[in-house]
Amino acid sequence: MDARLRWRKFVSNFMLAMTGVCAVVSVLVLFFILGYLLFNGGTSINWDFFTKLPKPVGETGGGMSNAIVGSAKILLLASLIGVPIGFLGGVYLAEFSGKGMASVVRYAADLLNGVPSIVIGIFAYSLMVLPMKHFSAYAGSFALSLMMIPITLRSTEEFLKSVPRMLREGAMALGASKWKTIATVIVPAAYRGIVTAILLALARVAGETAPLLFTAFGNRFDSRGWSQPTATLPVMIYTYAVAPYEDWHRQAWAAGLVLLGLILVINIVARTILSRGIAVPRS
Amino acid sequence: MKKLALLALGVLAVCAVVLADNPLLINGAGATFPYPIYSKWFDTYHTKFPNIQFNYQSVGSGAGIKQVTEGTVDFGATDGPMNDDQLKAYQDKHGFGILHFPTVLGAAVPTYNIAGVNASLNFTPDAMAGIFLGKITKWNDPAIAGVNKGVKLPAADIVVVHRSDGSGTTYIWTDYLSKVSDEWKGKVGKGTSVNWPVGLGGKGNEGVTGLVKQTPNAIGYVELIYAAQNNIPYGSVKNAAGTFVKADLASVTAAAASTAKEMPDDFRVSITNAAGKNAYPISSFTWLLIPSKFSDAGKRDAIKGFLKWMITDGENQVEALSYAKLPKEVIEKEKKAIDKVQ
Amino acid sequence: MATTSTTLKGAGPATGSRAFFAKLRNGDEIARLITMVFAATVVLITVALVLELWTNSALPRHKFGLHFFVTETWDPIMDNYGALPFVYGTLVTSIMALVIAVPLGIGAAIFLAELAPPRISDTLQFFIDLLAAVPSVIYGLLGVFIVVPLMRMVIYPALNKPFGFLSIFKGPSYGVGFLTAGIVLAIMVIPYIISVSREVLLSVPRDQREAALALGSTRWESTWKVVVPFAKTGIMGSIFLALARALGETMAVTMVIGNTPKIAASLFAPGYSIAAVIANEFTEATGDLYLQSLIELGLVLFLLTFILNGLARVLIIVTTQKGSTVNA
Repeated sequence: MDARLRWRKFVSNFMLAMTGVCAVVSVLVLFFILGYLLFNGGTSINWDFFTKLPKPVGETGGGMSNAIVGSAKILLLASLIGVPIGFLGGVYLAEFSGKGMASVVRYAADLLNGVPSIVIGIFAYSLMVLPMKHFSAYAGSFALSLMMIPITLRSTEEFLKSVPRMLREGAMALGASKWKTIATVIVPAAYRGIVTAILLALARVAGETAPLLFTAFGNRFDSRGWSQPTATLPVMIYTYAVAPYEDWHRQAWAAGLVLLGLILVINIVARTILSRGIAVPRS
Repeated sequence: MKKLALLALGVLAVCAVVLADNPLLINGAGATFPYPIYSKWFDTYHTKFPNIQFNYQSVGSGAGIKQVTEGTVDFGATDGPMNDDQLKAYQDKHGFGILHFPTVLGAAVPTYNIAGVNASLNFTPDAMAGIFLGKITKWNDPAIAGVNKGVKLPAADIVVVHRSDGSGTTYIWTDYLSKVSDEWKGKVGKGTSVNWPVGLGGKGNEGVTGLVKQTPNAIGYVELIYAAQNNIPYGSVKNAAGTFVKADLASVTAAAASTAKEMPDDFRVSITNAAGKNAYPISSFTWLLIPSKFSDAGKRDAIKGFLKWMITDGENQVEALSYAKLPKEVIEKEKKAIDKVQ
Repeated sequence: MATTSTTLKGAGPATGSRAFFAKLRNGDEIARLITMVFAATVVLITVALVLELWTNSALPRHKFGLHFFVTETWDPIMDNYGALPFVYGTLVTSIMALVIAVPLGIGAAIFLAELAPPRISDTLQFFIDLLAAVPSVIYGLLGVFIVVPLMRMVIYPALNKPFGFLSIFKGPSYGVGFLTAGIVLAIMVIPYIISVSREVLLSVPRDQREAALALGSTRWESTWKVVVPFAKTGIMGSIFLALARALGETMAVTMVIGNTPKIAASLFAPGYSIAAVIANEFTEATGDLYLQSLIELGLVLFLLTFILNGLARVLIIVTTQKGSTVNA
């Protein structure tokens, strides 16, 4: 074996080992983030965090109960708006539409998907906050729903399309009308994938801060109903992280842990559901 | 699917029932300068009147002025009074005017983070302007070292920190610099958002304090309480009478003394670089911006009630947070002005 | 019996509203209409968004025109606005993010696609997908408390002392700045590069690899000289995708970039990005020109990400199709 070959073999093994290092480093970053949050956030979480309201500036203690509830409310409403639009739009694309309309809708959805979240915030501010004359959970939910729609729509379309023809044709052979087929056969068959997509969309918007900055604004108290400014976890994390108070930093870590924990749990659940069913089509 | 929909409806129904008894929520936004005392006041007031909630967001005076003009919040707060253009814009938009109500007196202090220096440094107006103009770049520059004999200043680069958001504290600071430095006045001017020659931007008084605290050799301007609560040193400034004065209750009150008797009816006044031997030169009033008309009687009465409480009981809480009480004459004038809110 | 003459009322080709209502009784048509309305809503929303951005940036577009993109000032007092510092900051931080993330990401993707056994590959990919799910504000949190001190205490001295004469490494260290933002962004975009590149590499047909190996190349050579070039366009697509994400990032950037609208050669200097300035100044922009200038910045950002995303998609599709048709 000549020297050149030995060299090439060495280079080969070395470079491939390097790629392994790259992969390991990338994954380690995730564990580092989780670990750091667990350590700093875990030591800061206490019962107060979940049950108390924020205290006046400079005083220690208090919690983020209003932000936790606020985030939950906004996410609920965002889903109630975004999921039906995305889902039914996806049904249209998969089942009813002609080529032309389909391309237009898909193009619009992809465009919407690529809009930076801060620009979505601008849009929601002009559309909802200004006419309503106040910041509200409605505006925040609207902004987040805009980000959920494209994911839900494209995924619904893909999963519905991937349902085997057999099922479709079988139902129609039995005399079911188109919409009955869709409702009772096709959607249930694609059910897993669609639920996964909704969960992933939810996880994506749960951590969004920028669109909430000028829509839901913020609240030191609990917000009643949906038409008042609302505190949310991501915005609280931002506010507390850039401030000088040690106690606020502590709470920011705790909030970060809660938020990330929630998002990761949703992601893991969604992907596990999916892996038992149909493969994920990459968007 | 059906179950999910029913569950969602159930949750909404529960929310609606549970929240049927609505306390009155009044939204305000604005200055970070007085945020510590405002958050204390609103908290105390809520304990006193559990049916009323004042939700104040500390987003900077600029945002306070803008949002109250847009009508997205019920009241605003600023340390840089609205100028005539802004007042006119408000009048044009709403058909009625907006009123300034002074709340407390505060001070903008130069706070810094220099290793080994815990003392209170002296700053002359020229040095201050030079630093923020970017002309004085090192801590051991003669302009600073000359008036701080006995303090070991490093030959390190000065890191200037200013506000990245529209700020009344910026207004106070640049108002002072414009008065003491013609170069500053010509080059940069005064306002809530200016074109800073040098420096990093922090969001809110909180952000600037945070940056100064973390960045070695930094200097920033913040309201007194932020420096005090976070145990970072702050300096003395040479006032118009030539004395180096450190900000505290006495020196801030002294700054307001001369204007107290000649307070204009709309309460808009600048007290930077005030005359007086013991006056702290970078002091200021800070104001709540209250619309002169409310269509919602409940909100109007709640706000008027708060204002009345603020200038009587509320003033007793301010000194604990290092803000100075309003001069008596101003309080008297304000009592009458509250009736202007309809 | 001859006549099929139409004596029956209403018989004959269905036309107009009668046809519509007839169809309506058929459940399918209702379903079609309802779903079409929702699909149309999506289009409507998108159109409304673009229109909003366009009409609400009219003032600065007319006043400054193209000058907007070459002006360095951002002066609310003089009402003079220029996009240059923000475009500069956005581009510099994003490019730096790519400089760090692309080698790491492609390396990891090669490992996952070529070397790792399928189960390990899938498991690692699972974790990397989780990394993509971490929200921006949490990266910001970590940036402020970990990367900024790291920058000040480790990275800056390491780069400035030996290389301080280079203009990109000059100047004092603030902790925050372009490089800090670039590092945080790099961590945020690595997952995108890895997952898309891995897909693209996996779609390269086996024959390509096997042919190279049969000709005597080492595994690395076959990967680097045959497989990767084959998937080159798709990998480019993943880079564009990552770039588009980096450009639009708001929270993580504004927490570590220093928020200073200035152009500076040094990577350690503080700067600003389009998304960050909008987040900081939008709620307080008094005056129409100020506000609309911010909106014009938003429009610019939107256009940039739109073009990049479009290009990315085309490149990725072209590559994966090439893979499936090359032997056809």
